[in-house]
Amino acid sequence: MPFVRTAWLAQMTKKTTIIPIGPYHPLQEEPEFFKLHVEGEKVVRLDIELGYNHRGIEKLSELKTFEQTVFLVERICGICSTSHPLACVQAVEDAGEVVVPERAQYIRTVIGELERLHSHMLWLGLAGHFLGFNTVWMWAWRYREPILELLELITGNRNHYGMMKPGGVRRDIKVEDLPAIRKTLADLKGPICLFRDAVTDDPLIHARLQGVGTLTKQQAIDYCAVGPTARASGVARDVRKDHPHLAYGRVDWKVITRENGDVFDKAVVRILEALESIKIIEQCVEALKTLPGPVDSNPREIKAGEGIGTYEAPRGEVFHYIRSDGGNRPVRHKVRAPSFMNVATNQTTVIGQSVADATIILAAVDPCYCCTERMAAIDAGAGRRVWSSAELIRLSQAKTAQLKKEMGVEGPRLGL
Amino acid sequence: MSFAVNMLTRSLNVFHLGGSACNNCDIEIIDTLTPRYDLERFGITLVGSVRHADVLLVTGVFNKKSAIRLKRAYREAAKPVLVIAVGNCPCTGNMFQQSYNWDEPVDKYIPVDAYLPGCPPKPEAMILAVVKLVKKLRGLTLPKA
Amino acid sequence: MKAKHMTRDELLERVKGGLGDKILRWTEKSARRIYVEVKPEDIPEATRFLFKELEARFSIATGMDTPAAIEVLYHWAFDQFGLMFTVRTKLNRDQPVIESIAPIFKGAEWIEREMWELLGITFRNHPDMRHLLLTDDWPKDKYPLRRDYVKA
Repeated sequence: MPFVRTAWLAQMTKKTTIIPIGPYHPLQEEPEFFKLHVEGEKVVRLDIELGYNHRGIEKLSELKTFEQTVFLVERICGICSTSHPLACVQAVEDAGEVVVPERAQYIRTVIGELERLHSHMLWLGLAGHFLGFNTVWMWAWRYREPILELLELITGNRNHYGMMKPGGVRRDIKVEDLPAIRKTLADLKGPICLFRDAVTDDPLIHARLQGVGTLTKQQAIDYCAVGPTARASGVARDVRKDHPHLAYGRVDWKVITRENGDVFDKAVVRILEALESIKIIEQCVEALKTLPGPVDSNPREIKAGEGIGTYEAPRGEVFHYIRSDGGNRPVRHKVRAPSFMNVATNQTTVIGQSVADATIILAAVDPCYCCTERMAAIDAGAGRRVWSSAELIRLSQAKTAQLKKEMGVEGPRLGL
Repeated sequence: MSFAVNMLTRSLNVFHLGGSACNNCDIEIIDTLTPRYDLERFGITLVGSVRHADVLLVTGVFNKKSAIRLKRAYREAAKPVLVIAVGNCPCTGNMFQQSYNWDEPVDKYIPVDAYLPGCPPKPEAMILAVVKLVKKLRGLTLPKA
Repeated sequence: MKAKHMTRDELLERVKGGLGDKILRWTEKSARRIYVEVKPEDIPEATRFLFKELEARFSIATGMDTPAAIEVLYHWAFDQFGLMFTVRTKLNRDQPVIESIAPIFKGAEWIEREMWELLGITFRNHPDMRHLLLTDDWPKDKYPLRRDYVKA
């Protein structure tokens, strides 16, 4: 994860200029996740190496009970922390034909959408950092904090909320906590709308991101891409609309799609989705004011069989498959995160692009951070490493600075 | 100059190395840099190279692939260097102990100076850990909890 | 008629018609979950039919070691009906071999690599078969998702 010295703090106190420092490894033979082969400044090939995060979770799940495994899958990814549990419990419920109470469905939706909100904001902040728009980065981290505090209020934890279980949710959302949810969302709406307007119309951002890292509609289909990565390319797939579940079929909201499939469109999809998330949560909160009932149907056994659960994580469809033999542990638990499909699209979106754009293109599918951290560019002819992670980020930021100068513009004004 | 004296005269350089992780600890570490928690007021600076590090912050479980990175990074670090295991994962392996892709907790192959359990530990806990360590190095006594 | 203009019943009729006697078993677990079993050698044609002609979305594939066989389940989605349509096939445990579907579309490349290294399934004619997640020096013939796998 690239760290930037608290640049904006320094900026606010007018002490020093921004010096991004990121992790890079001094060892030449260090294996990278993303190895970009470059000729001059153009990327001609991408090698992707996975496995740095592989912890054998599917096999570990066979040692856990159906309730325990939810805590295991929660830790697949910290920022998709509730998405995996949501797909997992639905797979178990599908296998065991378990009914979930209506109040639980609304609570599940609130937690899932709050996660989408703070995940998209994290991504926007990261994108801002990679591109050298530090006001964007400041904005994201500032407005993300209240959402984490809200999650701590209603679930007990800022991350890894432990809310899901087969049959429902582990704890109710108290009626007296609903106003806090409403207030946090109300305080967020204005800044997100401002951000949307500042960014989507900004000529510098257009110049920097439009036409960059394009994934065509056909390519998105060929790679079986999901989530904003697919929707930005005009492929209108969203588990929340297509496979109605939880409370998504009971509230009013729309699927966001764009047509061009470039980094700009991927960013716009996420910003507009954040606003849809607020809309969804507000309606759920309204329902939760009066919706009675248990939040857990307390299933005592999961009958033998197989089940599939899917959920639209911030990154796209999460897929879980469970096979049960009537015991209390899964006999097989297949997990497929959205990034498994989306990261592969990088193999086509960086080719022919400038190495200064590589960072943002790879980040545009919103993978786990450890993936984007481990980038390097290699001279295609000599095979030597030319640019490290930190250097690639600096290249990206420098390109923005250059454009800024050429165009004589400032970049998005966020009123901070 | 001795390591201890260095601690008194300048800030601590911290290098962060993430293993096979869910990244929650990593995100919370960044959160400690935000004005709300502001780790830098304790004299902490994040550095980009392990060679310049006084402290190695380690997060995540280290599977067969990422353990190699950690061993190399530790070798590269100028000694002495303090190692803080942040989160349950590097401390014990957390819930991944029986994984076919994991061998042993971090302290079996590099010395660990501080263990900060949690999943993830909250930013307040991280700051407390760093403060405790710094105070210990500077020879100051801590009040009884 | 293109798949996207069909009703759910028309689509399922078209699926049954297209797969024909390749279908060994057809199970409708619920309105949104259908499981179909075919022979391994029928997988490539079934895949082409579902992906190219009916424009189904490939969600992922699951490999599984069972006492009777090594199963491969191809999970397809007909998003327009919220339907998950799984095609199951059973491979011989002693020599699990099947034709790769990666030549048909790119989205299948990585999962076949994963199923090879974790279960020991051979995917014939895969364009780029090599380790995906495990180290390159992972002991040969040691497949972590097999039931008899013992951690070294």
